[in-house]
Amino acid sequence: MTQQGVRWTADQVLALAPDAASRKAGSELGAAGPWSQAGSSDEGTVWGLCKGSGSTPYRTVVDIAEANGPAYSCSCPGRKSPCKHALGLLLLWAGGDGTVSRGQAPDWAEQWMEGRRQHAQIKGTAAGHGGGTTGDPEAARRRAERRAERITAGAEELEQRLADLLRGGLASAEQAGYGLWEETAARMVDAQAPGLAARVRELGSLPASGAGWPARLLEECALLHLLDRGWLRRERLPAGLAATVRSRVGLPGSPEGPPVRDSWLVLAQYDTSDGRLTTRRIWLYGSETGRTVLLLSFAAAGRAPEPSLPVGLAFEAEVSRYPGDGQPRVALGERFTPPEPVAVRPPGLTTLRAAARYGEALRTDPWLESLPVTLNRVIPTPAGDAWQLADADGGTALPITPSSAARPGLWRLVALSGGGPVTVFGECGHLGFTPLTAWPEAAGDAVPLC
Amino acid sequence: MTATPAPPDTAPDVPWEELVTVALLGTGRRTPSWLPPGREAPTALLDLAAVETVRRRAGLRPAPAEARLVPAAPDPRPPLPPAAVRRLALLLSERPGAVGGRRGAAPDLMELLPQWLSLANARGFAPPPQALPALLDAARGRTDLRPAALAFAGPRALWLARLNPDWRFALRSTPGGGAELPPSEDRDRIRALWQEGLFAERVALLAALRTRQPSAARELLASTWAAERAEDRLMFLDSLRAGLEAADEPFLEQALSDRSRNVRAMAAELLSALPGSALAGRMAARAAACVAIDRTRPEAVIVVEAPHQCDPGMERDGVVPNPPAGRGERSWWLGQLVEAAPLGAWPVRLGQRTPEEIVVLPVADDWRDELHAAWCRAAVRQRDPGWSRALLGRPSAPEAGGPGAVSLAERAKLLSILDAADRADWVAGFIATHGLSEAFQLLGVCAVPWAAPLGRAVVDALDIARDAGSYPWSFSGVMGLAERCLDPAEASRLDALTAIPDETEDTSPGAGGYWAEAFQRLTTTLRLRATMRQELGEP
Repeated sequence: MTQQGVRWTADQVLALAPDAASRKAGSELGAAGPWSQAGSSDEGTVWGLCKGSGSTPYRTVVDIAEANGPAYSCSCPGRKSPCKHALGLLLLWAGGDGTVSRGQAPDWAEQWMEGRRQHAQIKGTAAGHGGGTTGDPEAARRRAERRAERITAGAEELEQRLADLLRGGLASAEQAGYGLWEETAARMVDAQAPGLAARVRELGSLPASGAGWPARLLEECALLHLLDRGWLRRERLPAGLAATVRSRVGLPGSPEGPPVRDSWLVLAQYDTSDGRLTTRRIWLYGSETGRTVLLLSFAAAGRAPEPSLPVGLAFEAEVSRYPGDGQPRVALGERFTPPEPVAVRPPGLTTLRAAARYGEALRTDPWLESLPVTLNRVIPTPAGDAWQLADADGGTALPITPSSAARPGLWRLVALSGGGPVTVFGECGHLGFTPLTAWPEAAGDAVPLC
Repeated sequence: MTATPAPPDTAPDVPWEELVTVALLGTGRRTPSWLPPGREAPTALLDLAAVETVRRRAGLRPAPAEARLVPAAPDPRPPLPPAAVRRLALLLSERPGAVGGRRGAAPDLMELLPQWLSLANARGFAPPPQALPALLDAARGRTDLRPAALAFAGPRALWLARLNPDWRFALRSTPGGGAELPPSEDRDRIRALWQEGLFAERVALLAALRTRQPSAARELLASTWAAERAEDRLMFLDSLRAGLEAADEPFLEQALSDRSRNVRAMAAELLSALPGSALAGRMAARAAACVAIDRTRPEAVIVVEAPHQCDPGMERDGVVPNPPAGRGERSWWLGQLVEAAPLGAWPVRLGQRTPEEIVVLPVADDWRDELHAAWCRAAVRQRDPGWSRALLGRPSAPEAGGPGAVSLAERAKLLSILDAADRADWVAGFIATHGLSEAFQLLGVCAVPWAAPLGRAVVDALDIARDAGSYPWSFSGVMGLAERCLDPAEASRLDALTAIPDETEDTSPGAGGYWAEAFQRLTTTLRLRATMRQELGEP
């Protein structure tokens, strides 16, 4: 696995940064000044000594050939990963100005690599034995039963609250304010139903969401009611739908689909944070299977979830599906190649077809907020204060969601288009279209918008 | 998106709006008859609402497309090489103001952006469109970047600026708001635009025409001159400054009797920059009457007899009669006369002496500073390199370093009249004698990259400053300039300086380490500039 031919771009390196401060600090170290003895090997190791405030320089080494995303080691005392030194080193390497020369790794870097190789071997052997941490299957079953009982109790309680709300009228919810919902959400957390808790919290913010809020609140109450009902009668649902309900309630299950090997193009990667937890979503497109799948990963606030994959590159890997009809989520299995540039682009749809797709997808998952789709030959067009993506060859358009229209990515999209057609990947749902990545009409690299 | 009406489906068919109304008021207040029996009213309502919500969402259709934008004009320039695209992204990722605290050894990327832009412009590359928002944001925050950033950004940036109010400045900064000017052959269109255009369009038209065909611009202006408003006349007259020629004299002479005093003053200023003009001749005669060689003394001395009054003729020729507070009116009038008089007349008037000989002559009665300052202004206004050089004097002269007759600001202006090589030599000589403490302003007018002698003088002076034991931040201004202006080829000569020197008794504690760091940043920045240049390819 050699990476030498494929130096990353600065954007791809900076995408690894766990937060804005590291991104900033890393960029400052991305110049030859503080570095000495920097080098890279054909095996995909990059190393260097970085002069810090102390007398001994920090030893920084990065393994970029690692199939599960780069691995880092640095002798600095920082707790972030990757630290600013690792980012700076990768930027220096990406800059390609000759400061990072090809050569033989020094002993200290070689030792670390050797340690990693041994560790990987041990892990490989352990996995070969098929031994997991399943423990006592009987105990696990009892645990699952107890959790299901708690969720059932939570769902029943929630049904009661929804009934009370509808009896008293949604107007009363406006006066009750956010506290009422926070408390109910906390009860759902106690009931070990994080999916229900998140939806309840969402309800709390709706009365303050501007004109038309009663309709939105009724929609969400009704869908929550539908989910409660689904859970309470899950035994009578078809297996696929029951799995979807379980996953929506907050029991995602484990990836049990057969491994699917493909060359996966990284369509988009973005993080969202609720203050406590950072959630990373990575959309992948399989160029042979034609499937679009989702990798979800989580990390405590302030840390970057792993892995980090550069948009526009593709890698050979196996993925396994999580259970549930219409659920795009997969787990990443073995990776066979590091990410490399490819000319592949996902095939696109018209706006009409994209909207219809979302409608069809609701049949298998009525709680679906949006669907990943690629729009072909669309033009970003102003529509009053908002924007839409209009078919270049038709008379219809999808509105861009107001939240994504407020982000700087919108202007990159508009600039890329220049009033002409572009290909746009994004999430299409009942709120509109959220653009995530765009490609120019002519040949050219993917432009991340998020 | 628009919702389609619900298809006739399962009973009961209640409109969504009706469901919302009942939900808003509460089923406790009003239980509608259409709720299916057998369930509690709130639950029955939620059942109906759930079905309706999914149905509404599943039936969403795209909206009709709004009117299309007129596409951006194509950019005929070749695209940037990929390495340069990455470099631009890196330079733009640095946000001004985000840098806090000590600078350390890393280069200041934002400071390299102007240079990168001028290189890219010189090579004639088009920007990657997706970089335009960041480029416009950078130009928005820094007015000094705007001309180069907008030239590089090209037609698509103007197209974008019309869509985003944050970037309006781009339309203001571009003549005519980016609209194309008619070709100079198309006289009818030019005349129409001149007579009907907005003020900004007219200024742009005049300026563009002036660069192509000076006389045509003057005639265009003359055609409507009498009807223009005073402040517009002033702006239009100012556009004649570019490409000023002897043929402009009759028009300017006529403007000397303008109703507006500001217009008169500007006409006089422009005329005085034409050494052959009648006004310049009149001013020369007046100035010559005030300045002479005293032939009664054994060695030559300049004597000055400042004017005793400002007569209407002087006023018509642009002399401002009332001095600012704190200045005597006679010296004020003298200064204006000498400033507007052609410099070429002085050698004859002052006994066939060269400018160099004239500036070293003693001046009687403390008039020297007044007289020399006026000559400096004249040399700058008339762009006269011979006089500029004479007034600058020898860079190694002791008074050059201190507050002499000619201030540093005036020296900087005089230097800008010299050609680039002479400028660099003079400043190099100045630094070699006087060190760096006064050199910042002078270095600012030197051409980039610095010529070899100048670069060496600066590096040597920094080396001396280090050995003298001061801290590098006393020289941070010059260091910053050196990072941007030193020829990257000098980087190898600096390597020896990046080592931490031994501390001696004279040095300030820890200064050696800080100097090593400062020189490290300097060499790193120089290497980065060399890489930048390489990425953009040879011109």
